[in-house]
Amino acid sequence: MECVFGLVGNGFAIVAADTSAVHSILVHKSNEDKIMVLDSHKLIAASGEPGDRVHFTEYIQKNVALYQFRNGIPLTTAAAANFTRGELATALRKNPYSVNILLAGYDKETGPSLYYIDYIATLHKVDKGAFGYGSYFSLSMMDRHFHSGMSLEEAVDLVDKCIIEIRTRLVVAPPNFVIKIVDKDGAREYAWRESIKDMSVISS
Amino acid sequence: MSIFEYNGSALIAMVGKNCFAIASDRRLGVQLQTIATDFQRIYKIHDKVFLGLSGLGTDAQTLYQRLVFRHKLYQLREERDMKPETFASLVSALLYEKRFGPYFCQPVIAGLGDEDKPFICTMDSIGAKELAKDFVVAGTASESLYGACEAMFRPDMEPEELFEIVSQALLSSVDRDCLSGWGGHVYVVTPTEVRERILKGRMD
Repeated sequence: MECVFGLVGNGFAIVAADTSAVHSILVHKSNEDKIMVLDSHKLIAASGEPGDRVHFTEYIQKNVALYQFRNGIPLTTAAAANFTRGELATALRKNPYSVNILLAGYDKETGPSLYYIDYIATLHKVDKGAFGYGSYFSLSMMDRHFHSGMSLEEAVDLVDKCIIEIRTRLVVAPPNFVIKIVDKDGAREYAWRESIKDMSVISS
Repeated sequence: MSIFEYNGSALIAMVGKNCFAIASDRRLGVQLQTIATDFQRIYKIHDKVFLGLSGLGTDAQTLYQRLVFRHKLYQLREERDMKPETFASLVSALLYEKRFGPYFCQPVIAGLGDEDKPFICTMDSIGAKELAKDFVVAGTASESLYGACEAMFRPDMEPEELFEIVSQALLSSVDRDCLSGWGGHVYVVTPTEVRERILKGRMD
């Protein structure tokens, strides 16, 4: 029931992901951050098998950093997306990763961009994308309200609309979401949307 | 659902008088859900050879990257572009290499050969070539496409008329297939120019 979705606005890209770490019927924690900061101007929002998700996104993050060390300049978002697709495609017929990825980034020359990369390494540049059961609700919501060049306020409002729709209509809806954005000033956390806060140990 | 029908696709190539047309639909789906309506299935290998890849999106992307690599090496060694017949043999060989673990793609190759004679062919996922003098089709809507093309085709059509026929055949066939559609992408290639046009059909 992992929900990940994102969209491109005017000079920024925004992604939201649920924050539940679930194992069968048990919720281990409700504040698991599934959106990794790949480098200063890239975000990778991943959903799928937890071990694969963490291992694969860290592998991509370290390789993107290595490129910057070796060559002195950072990868563009398109290059990082194609590298990620290449790694998934190579592993596909040997030892596949079950990870779906939305890669959001900002480049000085080309502006914001969002790449949809599914677990069998299908790559497509999109304006809005989503994975998981939540995608049935968030994609429809975005189809209705999205237009190109949305302002930050409008985009966050749309993200909130999607989160409300998921919470209302998905049977095992995740309670908490994290929202991150990337624009010319870099990739950063924007907000959390929590309906259940993790309780600290109850003291007697 | 078969793996060939996972993403959904429709492709036609048709021969005219000293020209050819190659057309595709624009939908990228994940089974019943539509992800994007601007997916590219037809690639230009060089000015006179076009390749369309139907079937699984990830394998189409991987296969395209491998073929561009091989063609660029050929250009460096031979100092000329590949003839369409040669390119078709290359595609067939690459597909048969993976005979017992194939790429889930059905390619359509269209080009202008010696003396600008139009050449079209298709093959199955393990490289069995099928040369035709009139038209070839591929994808989830292939049965409808065969019927529409057979009914509408005439030999020796001029480029403008060829464009009309190919467009009508494509749109009417994908309208009967839920996995392909959302518009069309048509290339009409003559010895002097390449005209690329986007079709708007039933967007559903």
